[in-house]
Amino acid sequence: MTIATTLPDARGRFGTYGGRYVPEVLIPALDELAEAWAELRADAGFRAELARLSETFVGRPTPMTRADRLSARLGYEIWLKREDLAHTGAHKINNALGQALLAKRLGKERIIAETGAGMHGVATATACALLGLPCVVYMGEEDTRRQAPNVSRMELLGAEVVPVTAGSRTLKEAVNEALRDWAASVRTTHYIIGSVVGPHPFPVLVRDLQRVIGDEARPQFSGATGGADPDVVTACVGGGSNAIGMFTAFVGTPGIRLIGVEAGGRGSRLGEHCSSLTQGHPGILHGAMSYLLQDDDGQVARTHSISAGLDYPGVGPEHAYLRDAGLAEYVSASDEDALDGFQALSGSEGIIPALEPAHVIGWLLHRPLEPGTSVLVCLSGRGDKDLDTVRASLRIS
Amino acid sequence: MGRLEDALRARRDSGGHAFVPYVTGGYPGVDAGLLHRLAAAGADAIEIGIPFSDPVMDGGVIQEASAEALRAGVRPGDVLATIREAAIEAPVAVMTYVNPVVRHGISSFLDEAVAAGVAGVIVPDLPVDESSELGRESAARGVDAVLLAAPGTREERMAEIGRRSRGFVYCVATYGVTGARDRVEGTAGVVVAALRPHTDLPLLVGVGIGTPAQAAEVCAFADGAVVGSALMHRIVGGDVEGAIQLASAFRRAIPS
Ligand SMILES: Cc1ncc(COP(=O)(O)O)c(C=O)c1O
Repeated sequence: MTIATTLPDARGRFGTYGGRYVPEVLIPALDELAEAWAELRADAGFRAELARLSETFVGRPTPMTRADRLSARLGYEIWLKREDLAHTGAHKINNALGQALLAKRLGKERIIAETGAGMHGVATATACALLGLPCVVYMGEEDTRRQAPNVSRMELLGAEVVPVTAGSRTLKEAVNEALRDWAASVRTTHYIIGSVVGPHPFPVLVRDLQRVIGDEARPQFSGATGGADPDVVTACVGGGSNAIGMFTAFVGTPGIRLIGVEAGGRGSRLGEHCSSLTQGHPGILHGAMSYLLQDDDGQVARTHSISAGLDYPGVGPEHAYLRDAGLAEYVSASDEDALDGFQALSGSEGIIPALEPAHVIGWLLHRPLEPGTSVLVCLSGRGDKDLDTVRASLRIS
Repeated sequence: MGRLEDALRARRDSGGHAFVPYVTGGYPGVDAGLLHRLAAAGADAIEIGIPFSDPVMDGGVIQEASAEALRAGVRPGDVLATIREAAIEAPVAVMTYVNPVVRHGISSFLDEAVAAGVAGVIVPDLPVDESSELGRESAARGVDAVLLAAPGTREERMAEIGRRSRGFVYCVATYGVTGARDRVEGTAGVVVAALRPHTDLPLLVGVGIGTPAQAAEVCAFADGAVVGSALMHRIVGGDVEGAIQLASAFRRAIPS
């Protein structure tokens, strides 16, 4: 058994990280959720229902594609786990669907969610449409602008999108507002958090629902390569759910490097990037202890990234644990790298990636690994939502 | 037991009920003078907020006040300086979120708070199961670390909160965040009744108390009321005089 399945402990701790730092009013719901998940994660009926929908609705398993031309150009062997081909266009549906099914089991009548890039919002709105649950999505006003197509999609799917105007008007504020809604509505409402963040049990719940990525990819890789494991497994890290989903199947395996790529934004000063694991300090945001971008007074810092889905000052507590334990490494890639990666994958592989995983491609373009390295990349989503941003940044029309 | 608990027990033992106003530290107008005037208006204790960037337990008014204070560059030390300058006799409790405390270091945060004359700390996103270090370090300095209980808190947690809290137990009146409500929810009485068998601490109700009449209503079953957004609403609107008048009206309505 890998280490990742033995943590967190009963109090939601990954070493010193994680925990439950929330107002008391949310504790009963978190207890209820933890108890329900401890049962359902092993419940044959629940697993069968989720497996059936994953196959017939989401389109799992997603394929793995060898990126031939990019591999030739860089001197690596690059394989892409195609979460962009999951229904709604990103890995977010794995979590949203699982949690929506869980909410039904809990008898909850209403769903709330936060979203940054809009992919988690779309995935949640989709799962709610499928299961007949009313859905409210909180989204920073800035993000409603830069990810406008996803606002239209959510509305078409029947969700109410509430723009959040506090602070930097991005993902952090959307989570704040969802938590405030939940404090008032917790008896009837389930909060489908969009990443491996938040108070216990969310980091473990979301990991359990996302680990399908790596659980599929590892045998796909060995099947395609005559029984080998990749040398490097890599994914972008916002809150960290696609990365944890990919890493869990590999963590603790000697000889496999796990590398998370954070958003380096436009500079290395506080406020210019989202590199919590490489630049932050331990702190508490949204209910969990983890690495956090903050000032000396413990005020949470503003952040910047070209990709709304990575534009977050915190990161899931399990990543903080993996980092400190030396079980995973973390690097960052800039806005410019992401744009380069976006174009490289589009032009050389016929795959338009979301700006979030484009950070991984952009990082690889710098040839940071030994020639000949085999690299498994989690291509967490597709890039339709980002065309306006990319066009504006590249000044093409 | 610290000065905060002493004062609130004394009020209760004399047959009265406590009035505890909350103001957001560092907001323009929230200065030593204001603390004096709240004390003069009959506050048994004063709760002063150290603004935090992500106040998830707070509704619109206190969010806005906190954001404005931070925009003006207010730091935790500035709020402590205000408390020290005011040097009022009524005990002062600081209310803030866990990250500024942990970032500063729990011990040094408390040392500086004690030096400023702080008698209590309230950290709403530090529930009882995560609060042992703050509780221990506070007790070692004679500071009362106040815990919160909420609607829906299970029986065994109520007992634990009653056992571990110091100063008083902050009974959250309603599901939701701070901000004045139209009426007192039935949940306020439920929380107080659930705690009584487990503790002899004063039980104060807060969150959502908007009018003196509502404060009087909760004092039929609780030992006092904490009033925040209703006062801050006046202050944020530029009406400090109105806030003081309202505080006096709360004091008159709460049987002393
Ligand atoms: C395609 C895609 N990848 C990655 C992320 C980042 O989230 P996480 O780090 O939880 O995978 C997002 C978030 O919106 C996303 O849309």
